[in-house]
Order: sequence, then structure tokens, then C-alpha cells
Amino acid sequence: MQLTLEFGGGLELLCDSVKVHSVDVDLPAEEKKLTMKHLLAWVRNNLIKERPEMFMKGDTVRPGVLVLVNDCDWELSGQLDTTLENKDVVVFISTLHGG
Amino acid sequence: MESNGGADESSRLLHELQSLKDSKRDIEARISVIEAQLQQIQSNQHSNNESPAVSSNGVSEFGHDLTPDMIYRYSRQLLLPSFGVQGQSNLLKSSILVIGAGGLGSPALLYLAACGVGKLGMVDHDVVELNNLHRQIIHGEAYIGKSKVESAAAACRSINSTTEIVEHKEALRTSNAIEIVSKYDIVIDATDNAPSRYLISDCCVLLGKPLVSGAALGLEGQLAVYNYNGGPCYRCLFPTPPPTTACQRCSDSGVLGVVPGVIGCLQALEAIKLASLVGEPLSGRMLLFDALSAKVRIVKIRGRSLQCEACGENGLTQQQFQQFDYEKFTQSPLAVAPLKLKLLTSDSRISSKEYDELIKKGSPHVLIDVRPSHHYKITSLPKSINIPLASLESRIPEVSSELKSVQESNGTLNGSDAGLYVVCRRGNDSQRAVQLLHKLGFTYAKDIVGGLESWAREVDPKFPTY
Ligand SMILES: [Zn+2]
Repeated sequence: MQLTLEFGGGLELLCDSVKVHSVDVDLPAEEKKLTMKHLLAWVRNNLIKERPEMFMKGDTVRPGVLVLVNDCDWELSGQLDTTLENKDVVVFISTLHGG
Repeated sequence: MESNGGADESSRLLHELQSLKDSKRDIEARISVIEAQLQQIQSNQHSNNESPAVSSNGVSEFGHDLTPDMIYRYSRQLLLPSFGVQGQSNLLKSSILVIGAGGLGSPALLYLAACGVGKLGMVDHDVVELNNLHRQIIHGEAYIGKSKVESAAAACRSINSTTEIVEHKEALRTSNAIEIVSKYDIVIDATDNAPSRYLISDCCVLLGKPLVSGAALGLEGQLAVYNYNGGPCYRCLFPTPPPTTACQRCSDSGVLGVVPGVIGCLQALEAIKLASLVGEPLSGRMLLFDALSAKVRIVKIRGRSLQCEACGENGLTQQQFQQFDYEKFTQSPLAVAPLKLKLLTSDSRISSKEYDELIKKGSPHVLIDVRPSHHYKITSLPKSINIPLASLESRIPEVSSELKSVQESNGTLNGSDAGLYVVCRRGNDSQRAVQLLHKLGFTYAKDIVGGLESWAREVDPKFPTY
């Protein structure tokens, strides 16, 4: 499945400072759909190069990270259970505090 | 003798310069007060002579309460069909509080003073520093070392003497927040740390004030309006604070001046929309700005949460708010103070003065600078070797070969003769590095207490700080 993944607010530092990743993610074995839960595990194994604890806590993202699926907060689409479609854009952004 | 005389002379000149600057500032403050008074008198005379149609309730025959001076000053806004007399009139009756007179607060305050807000308050406890000026554009060189609020207030008064400017020269805390925030209709969060963001949002929920929240770091910015018309609050979105290691600061990570400038301008715009009752506020949405790729993205965020500890069904009471420890909750201080770690015992550390003596004695050693390479390019100590902390473990062979070559050039092969020292910017990462070096067998490694900042302070005042 073709997806565009974007990292911002400093999270890009965890994946070699690359902000936009065009990726091809396979469906997990014996599954009919790809969910955010699968995608998070895939991102952690394939894109995160350092300090994974800055990206995830348990099986979800760490506090202070917003997840947006097609420009919409994943809270509105079922969080970890959100089903992804081909060509979806998923953004992971760390909240900023500076000023 | 001569150098002493030179020092006396320069201290006398510095003293005279300071006292002249102080007098200049006092005179400028006096001028703006007198100008404001004069303008008030003139505008009263003006309306007495030329607008006899103003009735006792202050509303003229034109159905609004704008004086001729106001009409002229704000004419370009009155000419906007979607803003007009009604928008301006609402704005003139509104009061806005800007918390933080830094990178975000600077442009926000300038535009809010200019556009005709009735009352404009500002909160900050900090003083102006030279390394603020690239982004905190409301402040000038003449105010270095002086209160940011005084500086910002003077700038706002010089733009618009008809706006009521209120100075709060203090940090916002649970003890003073309710009293200060309750005097305003709209709040702008232009602060730079996590505990302040939770404190301000909770206070706005408690008092029912809409909050225009902005943040910027590096080359990115974020903007949202919270607690507006049934929309979410900051805690609905971020119920748990992030780990402190995820809270980067401008003083560590850097920021391009215009980036908080863009977000601060947008904060002023959202506040103006709320105050004038014009347009659609950025509530339930968030604006994400990426300067490097020139992208602005507006995303839909979750609604108000019933479980929210601030605005939910069992929301915060005034008493709970006043007793809440925001610094403990976020594990970071309200006032920005650099971290001071103490990981090593004193026999694994030397002061910058001791290191200076060691150089003067010609004592053989290797100095490793563990800052990131873009820091090293700004300034560094002579003969130091840059190995950033993140790559230290993998570059240990370089440390060994440097030690070996220093020992050889000093004519000894005894391994314990050459010292191994580590320096960084403030003396935190150098301690982490020494811990690692100890673990890897370099048990004699020591760090320089307080890093390059201490070197500049204690040994070489001409050494650049940043
Ligand atoms: Zn809430």
C-alpha cells in the first residue's frame, strides 16, 4: 500500500532529518486491512533510526505527538484502529513550546 | 599604571553612558505621556467643536461612537466591508492580554497596539538581552538589560497613545493568574515553555476566556484557538505532558527570527477576529507552518473531551487550579533557566580556571568538545577536537589515537601521562560524555565545569558566547 508519511516538530530528527517519506507498506500476514496500529510498528522498525522512546510509548505514540490522517486528528477516526487506504497521508508532529 | 588609568577612564565613560541612557529613557517616557495627554485634550476639543451631534450616551448621529480622530486613524479598516465600523467599534471596546513579550509576543503586541484594541495588557518577568533582538522585534538596543514589559509598553505607546497599555512585570503563576487574566476578554499565549502553556490554558478554562495559542521553534510554527465556543482546550488535545527531553527550547535548538514573527502576527489576527466578532476563529483546527518547505497546513483536531481534567465533566475548580503544581506536572520550570546537571564527583571535574593553568603549564592532554558540529563551527577552544556526544561511542578509536599521538610527541609512552578533558556549551553533555568514557575504560577523563560559558566568564571575557 502506497502511503506518504510526514514527520515534523522535531520528530524528523529521529529519521535522519528527512521529513517526507513515500513508502510502500505491505499488509500484515493474514490481515485484510492496514490499521494505524500496524503502521506505527512498521514506522518504528523501518524509519526510526534513534531514540524510539521519543516517538512511541507502549504501543502508541508518546504524549505530545499529534497524529493526523489526511489532515484530520486520528482521535476522530479511531486512533490505533484507524484503517488506512492507498495514497493516504499520515503526519506525525510533535507539539512545540518555544516562542 | 597606564593600563590602570585606561580601566578607570573606561569605567567612568561606561558610567556616564549609562546615566545618559537612563535620562534619555526617562525623557522619552515623559514625552509619550505628555503627547498622549495633549492628544486627549485636542480630541476632546475637536469633538466639542465639530461634533455637537454626540448625544449623552456617546453615540453620534452616525450610529457609532468613533471620534473623528479614530475614523482617520483606522480608516483603512473601516473601509473593509467585512470589518467596517462595527468591527472597529467592537475592537475598541475589547481587552486583550499577551503573555510573553518575546518572539511571538513582539509582533502580536505591535499589531494589537496599532489596530485599536481598547486595552492591551502584557505579562513578562524577563529582561531584554542582545541575543533576543533578532526575533523580539519590539525591543531595541537601548533596552538591553531592562524589563521586556517596560520596553514593549513604550513601543506600543509610541505607536498608539490612545490604547490603554497595562504592564504586568511578573511571571504568570497560579497565585496571580486569576487576578490578571480576569481583567481581559481574550488571552494570547506567547510563552516559551510547557508548564506555562498548561497553566494559561487551565486559567482560561476556569475564567471562560478564549485562548490564542502559538508556538515556534527552529523553522516551524503552530497556532490554534482553544476554549472558544464549546471547542477543545489545550488539555483536551494534550492530556499528558510530553517528556522533558521532547521540549526543545529556542536557546538550545535555535530559531529563525521571522518564524515566531509569522506565528505572532497570526496570533494577533486571530485575537482581532475574536475581539471584533469578524470571521471564523481557528477553533477545532490547528495551523502548522513549515518555513523551510514553505508549507502551511490546516488540520482538523478533536473536539472538547468530556474526560478532560480541565474543561470536562469533572473540571478543575479554582482551588484545585491554585494548588496545582505545573512545574512538577511537566517536570520543567516555569521560568526558563538552563539545566544544571551534577552527574560526576568533584574529582572527575576541573574548573575552567584550572584548565587554563594546565594549558599555561604545557601539560600534555587531549580536549574533546562534544557539542554538535554546527555549534563547534560558531566558536571553539584552540586544539580541541570535535566529537559530538551522539557519535562519541562509535568514535572512541579517534580518542585513543589522539591520546597516543600526544603521548608520543611528549616523549613518553606511559599511558597515564596525558590527560583527557571534555568540554561542551554549559557543562551538562560533558558530564554525560565523561560518564560514558569512564564506562569505556578512560577512568581518568574529566569534564570542564560550566563548559565554554564558564570559560568565557572566568578565563577569557572575549571568548564568544551564544
Ligand atoms: Zn479540555
